[in-house]
Amino acid sequence: MSTEEASSMTDTTETHEGEAPQGAISDFGIDTTSRSTSEAIRDYWSSVRGGELGSLPALLGLIVLLIVFSSLSDSFFTLGNLANLLQQGASITIIAMGLVFVLLLGEIDLSAGTASGVTASVMALDLIHGGNLLGGMGDGVFYIFCGWLVLAVGLSLLMRLWTGAVLSGIALVIALLGVPANAWIGMLLAICVGASIGCITGYLVAKIGIPSFVVTLALFLVWSGVVLQFIGQGGTLGLRDDTIFQVANGNIGTAGSWILCVIAVGGYAAVLLNRHFTRLRKGLVAQPTALVLTKIGGLALLAAVATFALTQNRSPSTLVVIAGVPYVVPLVLVLLVIGTFVLDRTSYGRHLYAVGGNKEAARRAGINVEKIRMSVFVIASSAAAIGAIVYSSKVGSVDPNAGGGNTLLMSVGAAVIGGTSLFGGKGRLRDAVIGGAVLAVIANGMGLLKQPSAVVFMVTGLVLLLAASVDALSRRRAATVAR
Amino acid sequence: MSEPILELRGINKSFGPVHVLHDIDLDVNPGEVTALVGDNGAGKSTLVKCIAGIHPTDSGEVLFEGHPVHIKGPREAAELGIEVVYQDLALADNLDIVQNMFLGRERTKGGLLDESDMEQAARKTLASLSVRTVKSVRTQVSSLSGGQRQTVAIAKAVLWNSKVVLLDEPTAALGVAQTRQVLDLVRRLAEQGLGVVLISHNMNDVFEVADKIACLYLGRMAAVVSTKDVTHGQVVELITAGRSGDLGIARPEAATI
Repeated sequence: MSTEEASSMTDTTETHEGEAPQGAISDFGIDTTSRSTSEAIRDYWSSVRGGELGSLPALLGLIVLLIVFSSLSDSFFTLGNLANLLQQGASITIIAMGLVFVLLLGEIDLSAGTASGVTASVMALDLIHGGNLLGGMGDGVFYIFCGWLVLAVGLSLLMRLWTGAVLSGIALVIALLGVPANAWIGMLLAICVGASIGCITGYLVAKIGIPSFVVTLALFLVWSGVVLQFIGQGGTLGLRDDTIFQVANGNIGTAGSWILCVIAVGGYAAVLLNRHFTRLRKGLVAQPTALVLTKIGGLALLAAVATFALTQNRSPSTLVVIAGVPYVVPLVLVLLVIGTFVLDRTSYGRHLYAVGGNKEAARRAGINVEKIRMSVFVIASSAAAIGAIVYSSKVGSVDPNAGGGNTLLMSVGAAVIGGTSLFGGKGRLRDAVIGGAVLAVIANGMGLLKQPSAVVFMVTGLVLLLAASVDALSRRRAATVAR
Repeated sequence: MSEPILELRGINKSFGPVHVLHDIDLDVNPGEVTALVGDNGAGKSTLVKCIAGIHPTDSGEVLFEGHPVHIKGPREAAELGIEVVYQDLALADNLDIVQNMFLGRERTKGGLLDESDMEQAARKTLASLSVRTVKSVRTQVSSLSGGQRQTVAIAKAVLWNSKVVLLDEPTAALGVAQTRQVLDLVRRLAEQGLGVVLISHNMNDVFEVADKIACLYLGRMAAVVSTKDVTHGQVVELITAGRSGDLGIARPEAATI
C-alpha cells in the first residue's frame, strides 16, 4: 500500500505547496481588497442581522426617548436642562464604566455603590478635619483603616499587582502623614482608597475563590456600615470646598470648550486615519476611505453643534452667565478614551476579553488569570471612587445613604442597557456611556413631566428588562447563525 | 531518517498507587507523523501531558534535539518549541482568528498591540498551510465550524516556529469533509519539517497520515512499527491484546522457554 501511496500523497501536497503563494491572495480575498462603501454597509447590516447588535438598540432607544420627552415637555429640550442632564448622568456613567471591566469577565461587583460611599466619606472627613483622619475617625477606627490599607498593599504585592499596591500605598501615606487638606489630595485619597477596596475584593474572588456575587454582597453590607460609622448616625458631611463643587457643577470657559472640541475631534481623526492608512499600506482589508472620512465628518459636526449650544448663555436669570461645556464632559471623555485604549490596544485588554470568553484557553495560553480577575475589581472600585467624587460634588455633601440605594443597580443597568453582556466576554466601554445617557434621560424627563418616583422606578426597570431581553435574543440569534 | 528531534527514554509515571506509564521509549523524527494509538486508559493523554510539562514524570529522561531537558511547565515546553493542540480546543469564542492565534504572545510596538503585523503573520501562516476554508482572518471563532476551529488551533501551534506538535484526537468530533481538511493539514505540518505526534482512535486516519505507529497497551509501549509494515488488523490486535504475531509484548510463556 505504501510507497506508491506515500509518493502520490507527497505529489498532491506538493501541488498544494506550489499553489500557496498565489493561492494566499484568493484564500483571503476579502482580506486584501478594499471594499466599497455599499459593501461595507451591507456587511455591517448582515452582522446586525446575525445578532451582533452592540450598542445599536440603546442608541435607537436614546433617540426615541429624546423625541418623546421633547414633544411631551417644553422644558426638556432646553440648553439649561441638557447641561443639567450631563451633570446628573455623569456619576452613574463613571461607575458603570468601571463595572464594564468586571462584567467582561462574567463577574459582578455588587459593592461598587456602597464602596463609592466609603471613598466619598473618607474624602469628606479628610477635608473637614484638615487632613487629620486620626481625629476625624477616632483612634480605633483609624488604626483599623490603616490596617486595611496595609493589607491591601500586602495582597497586591503578593499577586504582583503593582498598580494596586502603589495606589493603596499612596492612601496609606496620605492617612499616616496627615497631609494638610486640599481638594486635590482629598480626591486622590478617595481614588486610592477605592483601589485598596478593589484589591481586597479582587483577592477574595481571584485567589481564595469565593464567587464574586457572595463576596461583593457581603461587602455591600459592610461598606454601608462603614459609611454610617464614618459619618455618624443621622449626620451629613458638608463639602464646602470650591474646587470639589466645580467638578460636577462648573463649566469650562467658551474658549476652553472650543479647544476641547478641536482636541477631541482631532484626536479621533488622527487615530482613525492612522489606522486606516497603515492597513491600506500593508495591503490589509480596510474600510473605504469615504466611509472613514464620513465618520470623522459626522463626529466633527456633532461635536461642533454640541459645543456651540453649550457655549451659549443658559442662565435662567439675567444676573449671572452660565455658559461652557460642563467639566464632567471632558472627565467622562478622558476616562472613556483611556479605558477604550486599554481594552482595545493593549495586551492587558486582549487578555481580559480572553479570560471573559474562555478562562481555560486563557490559562493555557499562559495568561495569569488570577491577576486579571483581581485587577478588574481594582479598576471598578477606583472608577466608583471617581463617580463618588462627582455625585458628592453635585449634592455638596456626603450623607449616610451615599452610594446606597440604587446607585449600584443603576450602574449595572447602564452597562447592560448599553449592550454589555452579563455572561462575560462581550461589551465595550462606550456601552456604559450610552446606557448611562438612557437612564439619565429617563430620570430627567420623567422628573420634568412631574411623574412620581413610583412611575420613574417602574419605567426604568422595564427599560432594563427590555435591554436584557434584547441581549438574550441577539445571543440566541448569534448562536443559531453560527451553527 | 535524520536524528530524532524528541526522544523519550524509560519514562515512568504513577498517580498514587496507579502505575500509568511503564518505561516508555519513543522517538519523534522531524518530518514524520508518529501516530500514538491505544485503548481508553492506555496512557496516551498522560504521555502527551508528560511531554507538555503538565504532569511531572517520576523517572526517565527526555531528550530534545539530542540534549536532555527537564520540562517543568507548559511555558517551558512552548519555549523549547513543543506545542500541544488539545482535544477540547483552547480557543476563546469571543475573539477573532488573529487574536486567538496570538493569545498570550501578542506582538506589541511601543507597548501597544501591533494589529496589522499580527494580521499579516496570521495570514501568512494560514496560507503556508494552504488553509482555504476561512473567509477572513478577522472572523470571530464563535462563527467557525468544528473543522475550521481545529484548523485555527493547529495553525496557532505552527505560528511559533514550533518543532514538535502534539495533536490530541484532532478529528474526534468532525465530519467527513472536515476530517479530510485536518488530515491534510497534519500531513503538511510534517512536510514543513515538524515532528508530529497524532493521537487517534480512528485506524483509517492513522493509516492515512502516519509514518509510524506507536501502540500503547496498559501503560507499556507494545510496539513501534512502520505504517507500511503492518495491516489494520495487526494494529487493532496490538491495541486490544498488546501483541500480534511477533510484534508487541512477548507472550508470558515465551519468556519461560
